[in-house]
Amino acid sequence: MTVDIATVKRVAHLARIAVTEEEAASFQGEINAILGFAEQLNEVDVSAVEPLTSVVAQTMKMRDDVVTDGDYAAKVVQNAPASDDEFFMVPKVIE
Amino acid sequence: MTSANDLTSLTIAEIRDGLAAKAFSATELIKAYLGAMEAARALNAYIVETPEKALEMAAASDARIANGEQRPLEGVPIGVKDLFATEGVHTQAASHVLDGFKPPYESTVTANLWNDGAVMLGKLNMDEFAMGSSNETSYYGPVVNPWRKEGSNLPLVPGGSSGGSAAAVAARLCAGATATDTGGSIRQPAAFTGTVGIKPTYGRCSRWGIAAFASSLDQAGPIARTVRDAAILMKSMASVDPKDTTSVDLPVGDYEGAVGQSVKGLRIGIPREYRIDGMPAEIEALWQQGIAWLKDAGAEIVDITLPHTKYALPAYYIVAPAEASSNLARYDGVRYGLRVPGGDIAEMYENTRAAGFGHEVKRRILIGTYVLSAGYYDAYYVRAQKIRTLIKRDFDLAFAAGVDAVLTPATPSAAFGLEEMAVASPVEMYLNDVFTVTVNMAGLPGIAVPAGLDSSKLPLGLQLIGRPFEEETLFRLAQVVEDAAGRFAPARWW
Repeated sequence: MTVDIATVKRVAHLARIAVTEEEAASFQGEINAILGFAEQLNEVDVSAVEPLTSVVAQTMKMRDDVVTDGDYAAKVVQNAPASDDEFFMVPKVIE
Repeated sequence: MTSANDLTSLTIAEIRDGLAAKAFSATELIKAYLGAMEAARALNAYIVETPEKALEMAAASDARIANGEQRPLEGVPIGVKDLFATEGVHTQAASHVLDGFKPPYESTVTANLWNDGAVMLGKLNMDEFAMGSSNETSYYGPVVNPWRKEGSNLPLVPGGSSGGSAAAVAARLCAGATATDTGGSIRQPAAFTGTVGIKPTYGRCSRWGIAAFASSLDQAGPIARTVRDAAILMKSMASVDPKDTTSVDLPVGDYEGAVGQSVKGLRIGIPREYRIDGMPAEIEALWQQGIAWLKDAGAEIVDITLPHTKYALPAYYIVAPAEASSNLARYDGVRYGLRVPGGDIAEMYENTRAAGFGHEVKRRILIGTYVLSAGYYDAYYVRAQKIRTLIKRDFDLAFAAGVDAVLTPATPSAAFGLEEMAVASPVEMYLNDVFTVTVNMAGLPGIAVPAGLDSSKLPLGLQLIGRPFEEETLFRLAQVVEDAAGRFAPARWW
C-alpha cells in the first residue's frame, strides 16, 4: 500500500499538524518507504495469533475509588500559555 | 585534597567509599563536575545546567555525612535526561513544543534518586521525544560524541535517543545518568560511547513523570561507566509505584550483590537470526570474543533460534508511531508549552504543532495516525501486535528450554559521523536498532556492555538479554565481559 499526497494532507489534518506542499511531498516519500518496509509483515501467517496486549502477565491493578490527589488548580494552570482565574484560555469555540 | 580531574574519574562505588572515608567532600566533588561541564559545552550534552541546585544538594549531603547519615547514593552527581519531569526545572523532552515548561512535580525515578542522596547536575540533551538513533533530532542541536576515530577530527554522533546521557557519562560530566529506552535508546548510545546501559524489564521502573513516547515499550534505566555503577543506580531507580499501573509488584533485586557472582553453568543462547546480512566482520569477531569470554567463565553456550527476529523492526515502526501519535496529541498549545495563534482553535492546534514538533516527530505522528485510521487499523496495527506476540513467544520458548540469557552484538556498527545519515532513508537509520528492538517488543531486560574497540579505535558493545525480572543474571554476565574486555574512556580533546 502507498499513500498519495491527498492522503498525507488528510492524515496531517487528522493529526492537527499544518504542512506545507514541500513538507507533504517529503512526508509522502518517507511514509511510503516505511510502509514499504512494513510490507514484509504480510509474509507471516497470523491467522491463529492473538495480538499482544501486555508484555507482563499481571492483572490490571485496581485502587480504592477515593480522591488521592488534586485541589491545586493554580499549579495545574501555571504552565498554560494563557489562563485566567484558574481556567485555560482558548480561542472562541462557540459562535 | 584530590584533584578535580581525579574526582571526576571516580566510579560511583569509589565516590561512595571516598565520601564515607572523608577523603573529599560532596561539595568538592560537585564543584569538580561543574567545572568539567563548563569546559565541555562543545559536546552539547547538557541542555540546562543546575549549579545552584547541585551545590545546595551537595551541602545537604555533606551535612548528612557529617552526621553519619549517608544514604546509598549520597553526593553522587547525576545527569537527568530531559524526558524526566524535574520539579521547577526545564523539562521539554528536547522539544520546542514544550517551550518554557517547568513541571510542578517530580518523576518517580528521579525522586527515588534524590531520596537516596543523589545530586542533580542538570538536564541532558536527547532526540526530540526520544525519537531518534543519533541525537540529531533535538531542538537544542546534536550532541557530539566524546569519542573520535583515531587520527580524525570528524565529529561523531553519540547514538540516541539518550545521546546526552551517554556522552556525559563517557566524558565524565556526571558519574551516572538517567535514560530511557523504547527501541534501543539506552543500549545503542551506551555502545557508541563505551558506557554501560541497561533497559530493565518493562514494569520495573515507574514511568510516572516521564514524557510518554510509546507507552507499551518505554522503560527507564541507568547509563554508567561500570557494570557495578549501573547496578547501584538501578537499585535506586527501580521501585513499585502505585502511580504507574504498569509498575510490577515485585521486590527490587540486589543488583550490586549479583556483580561478581559466578556465571558457571548459566546457559547462554546465541540466536542465529542475529547474524544479519552485511554485518561487519569486526562485529562478528566481537560477538565470538564475547562467546569465548563467557565460555571461559564457565557458562554453557547453546545455539538458539528466534525465528521472528526480522519482523521486529518493521512491527516496531508500526506500533511505536501508533502509540506516539496518541501520546503526543496532548501537545496542543492549551495546557502547557508553545502556542502559535490561528484563526480558530483548530488552526491554533495545527500552527502550534507545526511549529513545535521537528520533522522526525511529525513523520512518526503522521504514520501513527495513518495506521490507526479507519480501514488500516487491522492491516497494520493489529497485524503488528500479533507479530509482537510471536516475537515474545520466540524468547519464551528459548527460556523454557533452559536458556538463562541471550548474547548478541549491541549495534551493527560503531558510532557514525554527524549528518552522515542525513541523506539516508529513514529505514536505514532505523536499522541501528535491529539488535535492540526485539527486547522492547518482548518487554525483556537488556544490557549493553563495552567489549572492545574497532579498527578506528571506537568502542563497540555486546548486548545480553535476560528473562523477565532477572536483571541480576545480566549484571553477573556483564561483569564477566567487563573483567575480560576492560574499561574504555575517550581521550580528552574538548
